[in-house]
Amino acid sequence: MLEIINLNKSFNEHKVLDNVNLKIERGSTCVIIGRSGCGKSVLLKHIVGLLKPDSGKIFIDSKDVTNLDEKEWDKLRMRIGLVFQGGALFDSLTVGENVTFGLMEHQRMSSKELLERAEEALSLVGLCGIENLMPSELSGGMKKRVALARAICTKPEIILYDEPTTGVDPITADGINELIKTLHDKLKVTSVVVTHDMKSAYKIADKIAMLYQGKIIAEGKPENIQNTQHPVVHQFINGLAKGPITEALECFK
Amino acid sequence: MLNNLFIGIGKKTFALLYFLGGLSNLVFHSFYWLFVPPFKKERFFEQAKKTGVDSLPIVSLIGLFIGVILAFQTAYLMQRLGSEIYIASIVALSLVRELGPVITSLVVAGRVGAAITAEIGSMQVTEQIDALETLATNPIKYLVVPRFLALSLMLPILTLYADLIGILGGYLVCVYKLGISSSLYLSITFDALLYKDLFTGLLKTVFFGMIIAFVGCYEGFNVEGGAEGVGRATMRSVVITFILIIAADSFFAALFYFIFP
Ligand SMILES: Nc1ncnc2c1ncn2[C@@H]1O[C@H](COP(=O)(O)OP(=O)(O)O)[C@@H](O)[C@H]1O
Ligand SMILES: [Mg+2]
Repeated sequence: MLEIINLNKSFNEHKVLDNVNLKIERGSTCVIIGRSGCGKSVLLKHIVGLLKPDSGKIFIDSKDVTNLDEKEWDKLRMRIGLVFQGGALFDSLTVGENVTFGLMEHQRMSSKELLERAEEALSLVGLCGIENLMPSELSGGMKKRVALARAICTKPEIILYDEPTTGVDPITADGINELIKTLHDKLKVTSVVVTHDMKSAYKIADKIAMLYQGKIIAEGKPENIQNTQHPVVHQFINGLAKGPITEALECFK
Repeated sequence: MLNNLFIGIGKKTFALLYFLGGLSNLVFHSFYWLFVPPFKKERFFEQAKKTGVDSLPIVSLIGLFIGVILAFQTAYLMQRLGSEIYIASIVALSLVRELGPVITSLVVAGRVGAAITAEIGSMQVTEQIDALETLATNPIKYLVVPRFLALSLMLPILTLYADLIGILGGYLVCVYKLGISSSLYLSITFDALLYKDLFTGLLKTVFFGMIIAFVGCYEGFNVEGGAEGVGRATMRSVVITFILIIAADSFFAALFYFIFP
């Protein structure tokens, strides 16, 4: 189980997360929606300890992780996979080496085993025969899928996806949604998916939470969110140009 | 006016202290991670090739030219004094004690130091450093340790090589242009050189190598703001490395003057 309590984070006076509270059950999929720049990536980075909160606590399996030292974090990180928004593939390594990086670093495996694991992870994301290419030779959508393969290769219990379907074609996007569902159903992976693709949100979510102005303003089952009365959420999920979100921006001007 | 001046000086001092603090922190952690297993030799060899073997062409070229220039410039004075015979010893001593180490270090700083900052900097802006951490790999262990080991071991070797090539340059000028006999030139060269000249010359390049590696990595890790930031950091890295190498060299010159009189 993943629990975020009263999380605050500012970057030079600019408050990005303002008392965020969120609880994600073990083995469930939580989708976090929100506009670009509202702090979704920052929230994910707190869960893997890449950013330290100004105040507040994060519990993973009832263990407070806010004050772990690097060694304990490394142990924990072997159980968490993060798919970066931009892929963040190592561009000096081949696709195969990228995918098996975590295993190469931390487990004694023969190169044959590693190759098998790389092929397995890549075929899960619908890629094959590209182990020896360099990341610079891939298209944007392929990079994203390789990043996904890298995150699932170590078989983590928690996977955090940062906009996994942004910038890929609709068919691949649906494939990624299916993959997230499969991992959830078969391997009981706890997933946190950041997206603003509502179609995929409805498809994969056990719970949807909306982040707005640094706060979680709504959370609930997909059907409850879909029929919400909350004007901000309503504007966002229906993708309307007019509404309280854009009016708030007008005020700033 | 005066107020602004003081604020300016204060800010610069603060920035300098911040830089030195950050750099020493990196140095400390690098030495710590140097001794933490597992030890991956391949990463060291890869960097050793990049910094050492791949720098040979430029170091040869510059070493040779420096030797030639030095021989001509010394000849100018020595011919007036009628003591051409000393050209060999002056070329050898200035190369081995000073010019070999410093010029090689500056060349490597421009070539390898800049490449380190640009590479680590672009890894930083594309979140590859964060990705390393999420894969439970320490970026200092993975990126800094092999680079600083490679530089502090390869730079003395490159310097020794540059010394030899430089002496060859001086030899060519003196033997083929000024008509000094080949055997005389060589015997004077090796008479003039003492072990301590070679030793002090090479010892300081170990530290210059560390300066190049640590400043290069530090600036790379601290890149902010995309491609432009990488460019700025690379420039800063080369400038700071040059300044630190020259400053360290004058420190060593004074130190060795007193401990190896
Ligand atoms: N390392 C950082 N330093 C300063 N500001 C940051 C940093 N990371 C994120 N921010 C700011 O935090 C806000 C949220 O960013 P982010 O989480 O990336 O948004 P998104 O919801 O699109 O993922 C942005 O305004 C961004 O400028
Ligand atoms: Mg983001």
